[in-house]
Amino acid sequence: SSRRSSFPDEVLERVLSLLKSHRDRSSVSLVCKDWYNAERWSRTHVFIGNCYSVSPEIVARRFPKIRSVTLKGKPRFSDFNLVPENWGADIHAWLVVFAAKYPFLEELRLKRMAISDESLEFLAVSFPNFKALSLLSCDGFSTNGLAAIATHCKNLTELDIQENGIDDKGGSWLSCFPESFTSLEVLNFANLSSDINFDALERLVGRCKSMRVLKLNRSVSLEQLQRLLVNAPQLAELGTGSFSEELTFRQYVELESALSNCKNMHTLSGLWDAKGIYLPALYPVCTHLTFLNLSYAALRSDELAKLLAHCPRLKRLWVLDTVEDKGLEAVGLNCPLLEELRVFPADPFDEEIIHGVTEAGFVAVSFGCPGLHYVLYFCRQMTNAAVATIVQNCPDFTHFRLCIMNPGQPDYITNEPMDEAFGAVVKTCTKLQRLSVSGLLTDLTFEYIGRYAKNLETLSVAFAGSSDWGMQCVMGGCSKLRKLEIRDCPFGNAALLSGLEKYESMRSLWMSACNVTMNGCRLLAREMPRLNVEVMKEDGSDDSQADKVYVYRSIAGPRRDAPPSVLTL
Amino acid sequence: MSTPLEHDYIGLAETSSMERSSEKISSSSSSSIPSNIEDKTTNNPSLNLKETELRLGLPGSESPERKLSLFGKDLETNDKSNGFAGIPLKNLVSGAKRGFSDAIDGSNGKWVFAINGKSDVELGKGAVLASPRGGLDSKTNPQQVRTSVPVMKEVVGVPQSPKPVQDKKNLVPPVNEHASAPAAKAQVVGWPPIRSFRKNSMASNLAKNSDEAAGCLYVKVSMDGAPYLRKVDLKTYNNYREFSSALEKMFSCFTIGQCGSNGDGLSESRLMDLLHGSEYVLTYEDKDGDWMLVGDVPWEMFTDSCRRLRIMKGSEAIGLGIPSKSHGEMQEPELMQKTWKKHRILYSTTLYTYVCAFRYYSLMYLVEVREKRDCIRQIMALKTYPII
Repeated sequence: SSRRSSFPDEVLERVLSLLKSHRDRSSVSLVCKDWYNAERWSRTHVFIGNCYSVSPEIVARRFPKIRSVTLKGKPRFSDFNLVPENWGADIHAWLVVFAAKYPFLEELRLKRMAISDESLEFLAVSFPNFKALSLLSCDGFSTNGLAAIATHCKNLTELDIQENGIDDKGGSWLSCFPESFTSLEVLNFANLSSDINFDALERLVGRCKSMRVLKLNRSVSLEQLQRLLVNAPQLAELGTGSFSEELTFRQYVELESALSNCKNMHTLSGLWDAKGIYLPALYPVCTHLTFLNLSYAALRSDELAKLLAHCPRLKRLWVLDTVEDKGLEAVGLNCPLLEELRVFPADPFDEEIIHGVTEAGFVAVSFGCPGLHYVLYFCRQMTNAAVATIVQNCPDFTHFRLCIMNPGQPDYITNEPMDEAFGAVVKTCTKLQRLSVSGLLTDLTFEYIGRYAKNLETLSVAFAGSSDWGMQCVMGGCSKLRKLEIRDCPFGNAALLSGLEKYESMRSLWMSACNVTMNGCRLLAREMPRLNVEVMKEDGSDDSQADKVYVYRSIAGPRRDAPPSVLTL
Repeated sequence: MSTPLEHDYIGLAETSSMERSSEKISSSSSSSIPSNIEDKTTNNPSLNLKETELRLGLPGSESPERKLSLFGKDLETNDKSNGFAGIPLKNLVSGAKRGFSDAIDGSNGKWVFAINGKSDVELGKGAVLASPRGGLDSKTNPQQVRTSVPVMKEVVGVPQSPKPVQDKKNLVPPVNEHASAPAAKAQVVGWPPIRSFRKNSMASNLAKNSDEAAGCLYVKVSMDGAPYLRKVDLKTYNNYREFSSALEKMFSCFTIGQCGSNGDGLSESRLMDLLHGSEYVLTYEDKDGDWMLVGDVPWEMFTDSCRRLRIMKGSEAIGLGIPSKSHGEMQEPELMQKTWKKHRILYSTTLYTYVCAFRYYSLMYLVEVREKRDCIRQIMALKTYPII
């Protein structure tokens, strides 16, 4: 008897095309063969969390209709210079395949990939319908590559260049947008340093009437900002340039008026070198702001307090620790809807610092903002009691990243390890997905994590733990763990091998400066052939030590483009 | 000791200009990190790992060999005495940090103290001074990146106890990770976990803010023999008296520590003696990089030009021409003269301005008087009087 599916395939595809989440799509594709096929024909966006877990050919074979690709490359610790140069993650091989199989590709979002100018030029000319390019934390290219994109991509809607290792050769790339070009909606060049031709920018903004995101770099002055805003009151997200030149009264009034015309603005960032006296110009915008990024403006506590008094709807706030605990108290008082807080250190390497934030500021925020679920907090002192109070006030944490900047520092009042702090976090915050630990920690912390953090997906550990047992607890207990990154911990082969069964269900494991040996890695590689076990050795280190280990699952087999410093076992 | 003699004023000035240029370059090096990580190690022929490893001074800097011998000698002797083994002498960068270089002028005690002490803060601090102090915006991006200064930091950090140390090396480009192998184990690369771009923005941000922020004028104060630097806000004091008493309070813990053997009850007066007497001298580095004696210029001028402070031991102050125990008034006039010379232009300009103003106003007065006189004459000539 022939099996008839309840829906014709076309209908199924139509329904499935409405599914956006790639996890849902993965689940759908596992139901049965029909659904697998329907899903693969209807998928337009593919997300690849580790570019080496799959090859471009395999992707092209499975998904014939992709228009948007998100790719992530290097391990996260490459942001902190722990990954050797030319480690890999080059986009070019992918682009070549895409040019052949997806000539209608529209969007490319890359994170921690290596891109050269040639690749960018190739991209610009190979995809006539190309619309959106987003580069975050990538390196290997220069502003010449951006010029190629600007010149050739006639339908570009998004150019988002964030925090990359870019070789900034000047700002002339911006002038490469042709005069007939009007489709740009998102332009972010905040992290480039050179001066751009302001007239070209002004004309560009003037003719791109659908522009909704504009993030300027530091070279754009306040006066120039005002001129831009006059032509673009529809902006939803604004990253100002430098916020600190001398303004005449009239210029200030004009700026304030231009800002108040931006009724749609919900995100504000930039504010480089912001001077307190000009912040009031922002007040009209603040009333409907939901995301305020002050992480490049070293404000004092009183300046922040005054500003926040006008931001009642704030949901996400990024600040520098120059605002100190008093500033954070103001956060707690003024922003009851706050969901995300990130506090960055203004001077992370200055030990004898009289400022910065302490546990008191964090506690103050937790009292005022019960909806807080994402926090990234850099501080120099913390106590177990404070963290316990914080999670009691805010039990909905999904991302808890606490960085006590002095490695291995205990509770500064009781001198005990910070085990109970993170114990409280995992016990109380059942929805916890991401955790970064710091301070003096023993295996007890990891026992807690393994026992309670059942939804944990990402764990970052540094300078913590006492023995293999710690890591074993985590590997054994955290069933949903996907990414584990460890540095400078006393975990050895026993710990590494305790996760043998687990690594295939994870995206990746990183262990550096631990006690893992080459033999342990070889054993792992032998037992688990579907894992890529890569070891990066440092010059002059012991032959038997595996200084840096990166383990990830892959259906593409061991990679062929590894540099000599990376050994694949 | 022969080495202190080399710390003559000229030598220090050279060091200071070298330091400044090394500060500039290291800060622009850190600002260029995100720009060109690859170039640094692979493509740029003028910079390779080896070079950074062995580099002592800046490229094209005069007589790096001289510097090597100047400080190298000290370190060799210090090496042996402190079990400082395994560190290639060449890795140390001279003239990197003024305070640091002075701190190692043969006083073994200080050297050991700084190394084995709580942390390598002083040395690290010194090195930290480089990047933020350079304070250049990331617009300048010389490709000839020099990482000599940070290299010093990392090597010095080595003899620490195995316990991981507060990282100073984040200012260092990834190059250093590969550069000094024996040191690698005890170092803390990539900590705290902050992306390069943000680190560099903060470095230049901080320099700007600490220098010009309204209401705050933070300068670092180092004291010879103290394990770490302090920061003071010059704006919170109105005169030298308040300032010096605040400093005394701040650093009393260190001096107490140092003369603890003299008895527990260290009174204020004893402390004042220490600071005001020949034992310690308060100096500051001004805008031009010259080290001056605190107290010579009016307070406002001092706060305007002071970049950082240093409480020197009298015995070290020989080269600066600061009075020390043994050298007495001989050196003082030199310094006074220098202060005068330095400010001479300012003084004479001010004077000139006043003179010009006087002449102008007196001229205007005369003109006005003359005009008035003519006017009155005219009215009188008319033989009629206006109705007012």
